[in-house]
Amino acid sequence: MSEYIIKNGHVFDPVQGIKGDKKDIAVKDGKIVEKVSSSAKVIDAKDKTVMAGALEVHAHVAGPKVNAGRWYRPEDKHFDSHKKPGITRIEGGKSIPTVFKTGYEYARMGFTFAMEAAMPPLYARHVHEEIHDTPIIDEAALPVLGNNWFIMEYLKNNEVENTAAYISWLMRQTKGYGVKVVNPGGTEAWAWGLNCLTIHDPVPYFDITPAEIMTGLMTANEYLGLPHSMHVHQNDLGNPGNYKTTIETLQLAEGVKPKNTFGREQVMHSTHLQFHSYKGTNWGDFESAAKEVMDYVNKQKNITIDTGNVTLDETTTMTADGPFEHHLHGLNHLKWFNVDVELETAAGVVPYIYDPNISVCAKQWCIGLEIALMAKDPMRCFITTDHPNAGPFTRYPRVYSWLMSKKVRDERLNTFKNADKVIGATYLANIDREITLYELAQMTRAGPAKCLGLMKDYGGLKAGMNADIAIYDINPDKFPSDGPAIEKAFGNAAYLFKDGRICVEGGKVVDMGQKKTFWVDAKVPENKQVMHDVREKFLRYYSVNENNYPVPESYAPHQHIITVDATKA
Amino acid sequence: METVTLTVKQVPDLYLECENVNPDAFAGKTAEQIAKMGAYQGKEISTLGEFFTIAGNAGATAADTKIVINGDCTKMKYIGAKMTAGEVVVNSACDMYTGSWMKGGKLTVNGDVHSFCALAMAGGEFTINGNAGNYLGAAYRGDWRGMSGGVLRVKGNAGSDVASFMTGGTMIIDGDVDIHLGTHMEGGKIILKGNANRRVGGQLVKGEIYVFGKINVMMPGYKPSGEVDLEVDGTKATFIDYTGDLGERHPKRKGATVYGHLFMKK
Repeated sequence: MSEYIIKNGHVFDPVQGIKGDKKDIAVKDGKIVEKVSSSAKVIDAKDKTVMAGALEVHAHVAGPKVNAGRWYRPEDKHFDSHKKPGITRIEGGKSIPTVFKTGYEYARMGFTFAMEAAMPPLYARHVHEEIHDTPIIDEAALPVLGNNWFIMEYLKNNEVENTAAYISWLMRQTKGYGVKVVNPGGTEAWAWGLNCLTIHDPVPYFDITPAEIMTGLMTANEYLGLPHSMHVHQNDLGNPGNYKTTIETLQLAEGVKPKNTFGREQVMHSTHLQFHSYKGTNWGDFESAAKEVMDYVNKQKNITIDTGNVTLDETTTMTADGPFEHHLHGLNHLKWFNVDVELETAAGVVPYIYDPNISVCAKQWCIGLEIALMAKDPMRCFITTDHPNAGPFTRYPRVYSWLMSKKVRDERLNTFKNADKVIGATYLANIDREITLYELAQMTRAGPAKCLGLMKDYGGLKAGMNADIAIYDINPDKFPSDGPAIEKAFGNAAYLFKDGRICVEGGKVVDMGQKKTFWVDAKVPENKQVMHDVREKFLRYYSVNENNYPVPESYAPHQHIITVDATKA
Repeated sequence: METVTLTVKQVPDLYLECENVNPDAFAGKTAEQIAKMGAYQGKEISTLGEFFTIAGNAGATAADTKIVINGDCTKMKYIGAKMTAGEVVVNSACDMYTGSWMKGGKLTVNGDVHSFCALAMAGGEFTINGNAGNYLGAAYRGDWRGMSGGVLRVKGNAGSDVASFMTGGTMIIDGDVDIHLGTHMEGGKIILKGNANRRVGGQLVKGEIYVFGKINVMMPGYKPSGEVDLEVDGTKATFIDYTGDLGERHPKRKGATVYGHLFMKK
């Protein structure tokens, strides 16, 4: 394999604490090394920024609900879907791009890993088919468990070992990466026409509360010692006044200790916090609660969060929070897609326009930015758009420009149609902080890598780590002052190395790399009870045979399996 | 106003996507520069110069530019699409998306147009001196935003699903239409001089449809509410006013529910 030496770049690497110093980075056989031979190809990174490849911690980029969005929104891909010159295929779609476009766009922005945030276990095959077809970036998927009948029945009786054994079985069947929870209990309650809007609302029939589900799953997650923590989309998403539920949910992590061999320090990852940081009683008196929520997050060290930044675009919302999508459809009357996934979960899809002329949308935009700007520890706060829910992931460069330049974000804030009203209901106007390149590397590289249990290989530029390297046309000494220039630089990496191969050069995809699918194989002691329950549920309830449930090897031919051993737990 | 004349010299094997054939794209360009502009045929990009002989330079702005197209355009899509000003005259039939998303200016087709023309038209004048296909002035597939402004005239007939999701503007059809006229309409005005087949104004929330001829089968969600004397596009006549579609949700204004209207000429 070829050798490279990246010379004279300004390196930002939180793993080694390098803050923009000029340092050469050597690459050999897909890894970063101390030195290379004199025949190594030289990449001149003079006046450029060098970072590790970025990691996406939460996005909906593969699987049945993403595809439902694609087929029921042909209007999303009508324009701009011409074949571009070069080796890329036709790229279609804005908020729900094709798998090919997904891979190319992440790579162009300097990303090398993406986590599909919600895999319905029954449809795991579809998720893996799409992941396999997404070029360049490594990916993994989180099976959704917060409304799963097995889980609710075991946790009702405090059976942590059975819960863990079931999770282990399920992750092996679905080639899943971790424990995802979406509106715990609420999605199941919706099958009765109800919802769980607080963490103490009992789930009908199962008679368990969201708080019990989350606490139980956190305990089981640490019992197994998985690389990632429980990853939660909280109850009462997107409603004014929900911040109290948000803080109460975060408090569930108090006293829970992380137990794993991956260097992960959190026990709960709370995703798209923007949607959960609302004060007020209705859309009229709706206000930001970013301060209240972030004050708690800042002092509670064993939780991590991501932002869910609203990008002010027309987009497609999609979530396993079925009742929420129905509620949203009632608000905007746009087309609603819904599916119930048997014993496991549900999903809904509704298009949404975040219109800057509507003050609610503008306030949501402020809250997302406030969360990132109020985060005291950038290693625990990651930037997302909950793609495509708050906006397409392709807008990250624009989100960075708002976070890194007060001038750029104030220009946007002050030109909202209802600017006074928006400023009065949010904190953003009084925040001067500008995220630095080093903090950005923490929020998009080292932080998510640590949170996902991937810090051994990802998120840094230390010798021995994966040669996943993004080089941007940004001179830190002359950081661009206008938004479009920042966007252009972050949206078109000068180079992207994936496993030591140059996949992007000058913003153009030049190599499809060799992507891998990550999943976690957790070994547990043999558990006859759980295997009996699985057999029984398949015989009595599932629409498929147990033997047709697992994802075959052929669906993930380039898999990377992380093994954990909980047999001695 | 400067005139650019395009003459078809080669009919494409597939279909030529003429997204660049409009006054906005031509503005400020010479004939030579226009010849070098791109046009897709399938996934291959070629130039306008390969398919057209181009004479005359464009004006400095779209408003100062007139485009005249001669020759067989039946395999040309997107002519005049997204135009905001100026004038386009096509002396041929055209394929899909002609005049779609147009915001202003004047577009005249001296021939028939295929389906999906004037999609989501927002302004300007579009005259079709022939027949139109399906989905004329409708929303793009899947979209909920149809024709919202401007004036669209068809001298001949139009197909099915005309003016779906219309929210504004005026559409005048001298001939007949097939099924599904004005489905999901939320505003605007349709004047149909000929006959309609079935399902006129299904799920219509707001807006007005005037029918001079007959409707083959009337929707059940419309209720006659009296007769009115009106002058519609220069014709004075008595119309029966039907309100509807009563099966659909309707907004309220000042406490009163707003209904759509279907006026049938007596």
